[in-house]
Amino acid sequence: MEREKTEGAARYGMVVDLDRCNGCGTCSVACAVENNVPPAGERANARNGISWLRVQRVEAAGEARAAFVPMLCQQCGDKTPCASVCPQNAVELDPGSGIVAQVPVRCLGCRYCMAACPYHARSFNWWDPEWPGRLAETLNPEVSTRTRGVVEKCSFCSHRLQAARAALAAAGKGAALAAEYVPACVEACPAGAISFGNLDDPGSDVARLAQAPGSFRLLERLGTGSKVYYHTEREWVRRLADGRAAAGDGRNHG
Amino acid sequence: MDERLVTRGLVRAPFRRFLLWLVPWVALLGLGVYAAYLCLALGLNQTNMDNRFAFGLWIYLDLTVIALGAGAFFTGFLLYVMKRSELKAVINSAVVIGFICYSGAIGILAIDVGQPLRAWFTFWHPNVHSMLTEVTFCLTCYLTVLAIEYLPIVLKNRRLRTVPSMLVFEHELHRVMAVFALVGSFLSFFHQGSLGGLYGVLQGRPFAFRESLAAWPSTFFLFILSAAAVGPSFVLVTTWLVSKVAGRPLARPEVFRLLAKVSGSLLIVYVMLKSIDTLVWLNRTAPALGARPARFYAFDPFGSWVLFTEIVALGLVPALVLLSERARRDPRLLVGAAFLACCGIVLNRFVMTVQTLALPTLAFDPFLSYAPSWQEVASFLAVVAYGVILYSLSYRYLNLFPQERELAAQEA
Repeated sequence: MEREKTEGAARYGMVVDLDRCNGCGTCSVACAVENNVPPAGERANARNGISWLRVQRVEAAGEARAAFVPMLCQQCGDKTPCASVCPQNAVELDPGSGIVAQVPVRCLGCRYCMAACPYHARSFNWWDPEWPGRLAETLNPEVSTRTRGVVEKCSFCSHRLQAARAALAAAGKGAALAAEYVPACVEACPAGAISFGNLDDPGSDVARLAQAPGSFRLLERLGTGSKVYYHTEREWVRRLADGRAAAGDGRNHG
Repeated sequence: MDERLVTRGLVRAPFRRFLLWLVPWVALLGLGVYAAYLCLALGLNQTNMDNRFAFGLWIYLDLTVIALGAGAFFTGFLLYVMKRSELKAVINSAVVIGFICYSGAIGILAIDVGQPLRAWFTFWHPNVHSMLTEVTFCLTCYLTVLAIEYLPIVLKNRRLRTVPSMLVFEHELHRVMAVFALVGSFLSFFHQGSLGGLYGVLQGRPFAFRESLAAWPSTFFLFILSAAAVGPSFVLVTTWLVSKVAGRPLARPEVFRLLAKVSGSLLIVYVMLKSIDTLVWLNRTAPALGARPARFYAFDPFGSWVLFTEIVALGLVPALVLLSERARRDPRLLVGAAFLACCGIVLNRFVMTVQTLALPTLAFDPFLSYAPSWQEVASFLAVVAYGVILYSLSYRYLNLFPQERELAAQEA
């Protein structure tokens, strides 16, 4: 549940330009490396592996060109479906950033939040995480690893936000300013398809792009108030992705 | 060999035959305990659940056994609150079945969660907005109530009654049992409702989401009513089944007829409300969320036949049979209709759990299927085996059916 906003609060959001995204998957890899997502085990597959950001290839009959939709936690608003269902407050909506935080150390592993999420943005640790060989040396010390039996998901790289806030404080700029930062996926995208920033700042690129014609949110009519927007000039992609087409209508090669 | 433990005047199978009866169930229990060990030691990768099918066989069957176990609270409610004293004939059996259902469900839940050792967090850091919090609190409290209700039945054992302090304790427990029945009824109404609310609040799942009445989605009330309606039917079916296995009458036909009448009356109300709810959901709730209701039934095997079967074949039909006095006098129709009513709740809980997760939410989502692993099946069968063993022991050594002795004398 969202508490009262504090001074310097922001509402971080993202706009993904689907016409620029070529499905290379760099965002997905950068996300996994940044957030200590372990390599998939031998028995893992697309349905039980851990992925904070997956790129879904979408096609429609009669359309020659496929679309690639990066799917991550949509960072829903006040009506976040997952936060209200968690029995032990392991999911929290941060009023200072609008980021939906997952607290793995509190998680019971009941997976109710996964059933509640319409975007399938959550992963359960079905196995013990393992970094074979010297891979453990690549772990990011800023992000804690998770254990078997808990749920995890995209955090909009909130550790980078903490670092940005700390830098602001160190520079004596106080808490009145909203910290500026970019998540790993935004930084890594070679096509520059992802914009990120404060949706409450009318001067920001992300706020302007979110309101631009051709921008939409996934399953808008569910009223989740998500903060991840997508943009495309292709009507069929919008129709499929914003819920105007019926569920199951498109073809998925995720 | 164990005659001194068997209630005076009751005939039970020879001890060796009883042991032989237990052998396959103990073997099944052993297999299930091994499967549960695998899940706890190696993790839930031993199941066929995944990130999309986050709930599977266990949650579905947990919901089902809890609904069927409602016979315990509702029979208690009818006996102690509504003063239907005829139900004394089956209340002990209903309590044992309720205890088995609830303890089995909680046992399975302990395997189903990824971090069972953190279960206490829900009591320490509860999210009061979560239906699962309500379920956890009520289930735990009600299992405690059931254990207290079970205790005087155990204390009535022939050998235990020879200990004076046990006799006094049992007598004192009996005096306060109405209070526990009342507390149990209150807790049960709530958690049956919360289990329905688990799905009804899922705004991200238009197939499950329902509009709210007061603070709760309509599924909250429908789950209470369906459990209360089918609970007596399940008591009826199990009493009939035990009677067939034991080869002797256990309760008078009037008791069966009363259970059937109560079940039928509640079931017809449930069918009416469920039909209204379905119409509102299909015409208003789901379209408002951007869903096309026709698509809910466009993926095989979940065609519209599921809805028809649930509401008409396993709802309206058994309700009408159970309400007909003539039909209630025919034991085959009586038990058959009660059995169908039980099947209706089994299907309803399946639809709410499995169909909800199988249906795509995004347009580019595929329809998903899921088949449980042997570890999931075996773990659940262990609960069935545990239930059969505990019930068999209770039937053998405790006086579950107070009319049994009298009916046996009449037959003799």
